Amino acid sequence: MVETIGIWIAAILTLGIFSFLYKDNPFYKFCESLFVGVSAGYWFATTFWQVMMPKLVDNLAAGRWIYIIGGIFGILMLLRLFPKIGWISRWSLALVVGTTAGLYFTRYLVSNGMVQTENTIMPIFVTGNLPQTIGNLVIVVGTFCGLVYFFFSKEHKGTFGGFAKVGIWFIMVSFGASFGYTVMSRMSLLLGRLDYLFGTWLGLIK
Amino acid sequence: MRREVPLAITAIVGFTLIVVYFIPHPPFNHFRNFFEDLFFIVAAFAIWLGCLNLLKVNADRFYFKRKGWPFAIVVWFGFFLMVIVGFWDGRGFMNPGTTFYYLYDILYYPLNATMFSILAFFVASASYRAFRARNKEATMLLVAAMVVMLGRVPFGYYLSSWLPEGWRLGNITDWVMDFPQTAGQRAIMIGIALGIVSSSLRVLLGLERTFASGE
Repeated sequence: MVETIGIWIAAILTLGIFSFLYKDNPFYKFCESLFVGVSAGYWFATTFWQVMMPKLVDNLAAGRWIYIIGGIFGILMLLRLFPKIGWISRWSLALVVGTTAGLYFTRYLVSNGMVQTENTIMPIFVTGNLPQTIGNLVIVVGTFCGLVYFFFSKEHKGTFGGFAKVGIWFIMVSFGASFGYTVMSRMSLLLGRLDYLFGTWLGLIK
Repeated sequence: MRREVPLAITAIVGFTLIVVYFIPHPPFNHFRNFFEDLFFIVAAFAIWLGCLNLLKVNADRFYFKRKGWPFAIVVWFGFFLMVIVGFWDGRGFMNPGTTFYYLYDILYYPLNATMFSILAFFVASASYRAFRARNKEATMLLVAAMVVMLGRVPFGYYLSSWLPEGWRLGNITDWVMDFPQTAGQRAIMIGIALGIVSSSLRVLLGLERTFASGE
């Protein structure tokens, strides 16, 4: 019984969101507002049990009082709700910005910079495997030309401009492929919802 | 006080984490875990700030009877339903069989999945208007997108089934994803890495201070 009620509620909410494809309407507005509220509530409870409890409350309970700093900075963040003293929240923001800058500085330099460069500089010619050799060549040329395109300190003219032009071709192919991939992922979500409506709810698909 | 303290906090935390990367031994490695934990705690409070602000905005909308004010009640209802049940269920709130999990299954998941699935229609409509083979670059984007989309569905396999193995749409899609796409993405990723390194340095050295001034 509980399961059936759940299926009906989920199906009606799904139809409510789909109704926007016709035009904006109160049914959609209701579902949209419910989605906003439920999402906020979900993240509120999730952050409490998965972050606040293990990282703050449990550490304090175990006598690691240094973690009170996290609680203080967190409460300072909430002061943003009060306009007169909202500026204090910038201290917490500074902690977030500093941590992000410090961590990303090394993390991106290593993973996106060094490792990607290392993976590009590889043995190009693979004996007895022409397609792989051509592919490796495409990667080296594409990456180099793509980087040339991103170098804006020199005008894109002459040979340099030629490399930049080849670079933009590769970037366009990359964007096109990413776009195609995104469309397909949305399509699979859509098929999942249609399968829910026609299969789980109406029982028309076995 | 208003500007100097945030800049000092940023510099101390940021440079400590950079030093810790190069000296991963005690006591320096403890700093990394500690600052990461602080980051997660403050980020969690930032999420709470967003939720509380949402409640405040909707309370104002309801109180001042602004456009669509009845829907503010729905936002409040959805929020408190999830929060009360989530707190009531305790640490195992996301275990199958709990009330929170049930609500997640019948409210959050279908709404979230449907909201993102309708983007398929908007993306299709936008691409119909924007995807015109005006020049060489636009044509390459169009062809790459078409190949990837067709190569990932049975219809694409059906269209190219008469071609020899290795030249079918699925094979071409794999090749595009493995080589030209990788090359383009790699150039973008290396560019992003260089951009993040330079902007991080600017932040840590106090050259970029808009976050501290609130302007």
